[in-house]
Amino acid sequence: MDATEIFERLRAQFSDKIVSVDAEAVDPSAVVEGDAIVDVCKFLRDTEDLRCNVLTNQTGVDYKEDGYIEVVYHLYSYTHRHYAILKVRTPRDQGTIPSVESVWKAANWLEREIYDLLGVRFSSHSDLRRILMPEDWVGHPLRKDFVEPTEYHGISTTRESLLR
Amino acid sequence: MALVNSFSQGVITTTADQFLNWTRKSSVWWMLFGLACCAIELMQTQGPRADVDRFGAAPRASPRQSDLMVVAGTLTLKMALRTKVLYDQMPEPRYVISMGACASCGGLFQLAYSVCDGVDKVIPVDVYVPGCPPRPEALTEGILKLQEKMMTETWLVKRPAVGIEA
Repeated sequence: MDATEIFERLRAQFSDKIVSVDAEAVDPSAVVEGDAIVDVCKFLRDTEDLRCNVLTNQTGVDYKEDGYIEVVYHLYSYTHRHYAILKVRTPRDQGTIPSVESVWKAANWLEREIYDLLGVRFSSHSDLRRILMPEDWVGHPLRKDFVEPTEYHGISTTRESLLR
Repeated sequence: MALVNSFSQGVITTTADQFLNWTRKSSVWWMLFGLACCAIELMQTQGPRADVDRFGAAPRASPRQSDLMVVAGTLTLKMALRTKVLYDQMPEPRYVISMGACASCGGLFQLAYSVCDGVDKVIPVDVYVPGCPPRPEALTEGILKLQEKMMTETWLVKRPAVGIEA
């Protein structure tokens, strides 16, 4: 099944919860309402002819000018060998998205990474802590407006680099 | 020295410092501690082809029993704090080799928000080994250079404390 058909199935099932579909892109994607993402994912995983049984990647993009962060879900079906890409938009300030950890356990660490680097919160996540940066780190480094602290525990972050 | 070679066979004369340094440099035990891809070369250095065991250098799994720390790989700010703790746990005399571009200056990743550009911001370094990563031969050379430095140490004569005028 190709991506367009998958998104048509989603439209038929969830109608207004599917905000938009970009079928022209190299990797077609659908933007989904945040509060429906768990239901959409469960539908994609459990329906016989969709069977997206693996979350290959989950990541985020900061669109600073538009004021939102987009979380991207890359799904794959080993059964039918097809892909689907979902996107969820959330405000940059205090953005919260329901966790899909209950659908794919793999989302646990991926969502921790998005929280760590972009500051998106995931509700009903079992263990939402930083995963890469130190526990006492201030800020979320992949945000476009991230300002690097001048020092970290007495280690200066001023870099005497010749590469600049 | 008048005593040198003035005895019959089977007697060796030396100074206490030279003897102590010779024992120390002949058993440089380094701490098993790899941070990134340089650690792969570090393993090769210890392996049968480069075999630095012939110079008395061998890995040790605890900082408490190590003489040398080979900082092998990119040092993140998060790891920098742990590296300092591990260094403090090593008994003196202790030495540090900064292996590769990343440990020496941050290397390819020096402008990244998470990277500490150079382990010498955190702990004192004795020998810098350039390379990305250095070949086992290069690290062997680094260990030999460190042994030369170890042979110049003085233990019986107290060294003046650093930073205090004589």
